[in-house]
Amino acid sequence: MVPLWMYLVVSAGLFAIGVYGVLSRRNAVAILMGIELMLNAVNVNLIAFWRYLTPMDVSGQAFALFVLVVAAAEAAVGLAMIISIYRNRQTVIAEDIDLLRG
Amino acid sequence: MEITAETVAFAIFAVFTLGGALGVVTMRNLFHAALMLILSLFGVAGLYILLTAPFLAAVQIMLYVAAVAILIIIAIMLTRSLMKAPIAANKQWEVSALIALIVLVSLVAVILQVSGGRVRSYWPQEPVGDVPADSITALGASLVDPDRYVLPFEVASVLILAAMIGAIVIVRSRPTS
Repeated sequence: MVPLWMYLVVSAGLFAIGVYGVLSRRNAVAILMGIELMLNAVNVNLIAFWRYLTPMDVSGQAFALFVLVVAAAEAAVGLAMIISIYRNRQTVIAEDIDLLRG
Repeated sequence: MEITAETVAFAIFAVFTLGGALGVVTMRNLFHAALMLILSLFGVAGLYILLTAPFLAAVQIMLYVAAVAILIIIAIMLTRSLMKAPIAANKQWEVSALIALIVLVSLVAVILQVSGGRVRSYWPQEPVGDVPADSITALGASLVDPDRYVLPFEVASVLILAAMIGAIVIVRSRPTS
């Protein structure tokens, strides 16, 4: 099989790209997409370690499953908030949403 | 390392995953970025299949490609952010790129353990064993097993219900009094 470190390197690259997206994008929806990339990188890591180190146990798959569930809930609530903010402020640019700035 | 069908498939899925992810963070048109996100998530599903986690791959496609990506596309259309986004990145994109690079380098340094010009990896080259044939059955049973994950499972159900109700309440249009 492909050695484990290759999966880990791909996952690290995915995570770093997600970090860049979250920090550099102006649009709030794009920031959410960056967060999704980071969550996927973590899941690839979980599944790769499960496959190579403890394939007999189901805990690796179970944890990845819960990460997926929480990510879906996060996406639903996050996008709902973005739509609500757009309704009230007519913008989805993160820098313009400064209601709480003193 | 010899070239087998598996390494070729791994390379293709890795290119899909990383290329799609690069598209997500750099595409100026947000709609195209969402399509690149779908490509990247498909690549991750392919990696799951290579790692003999077919159930996770199916969930990934059903949940991410079918649900979350569609949700994101609908949000992009509802907020009409396509027309209003002349520049994709904000003013601090150089700093962001630097931080992402530091994260990448430190992660890869830990993974690869380069010593004396030679990559010495203490991660296993081969899995310690094969996945049992009934691994999906075992996964399903462990989710409803009181000794394993029945409590997190129920909490996850409550979380999804709360997120669903919360999303509806947040986007519901206010009654005009």
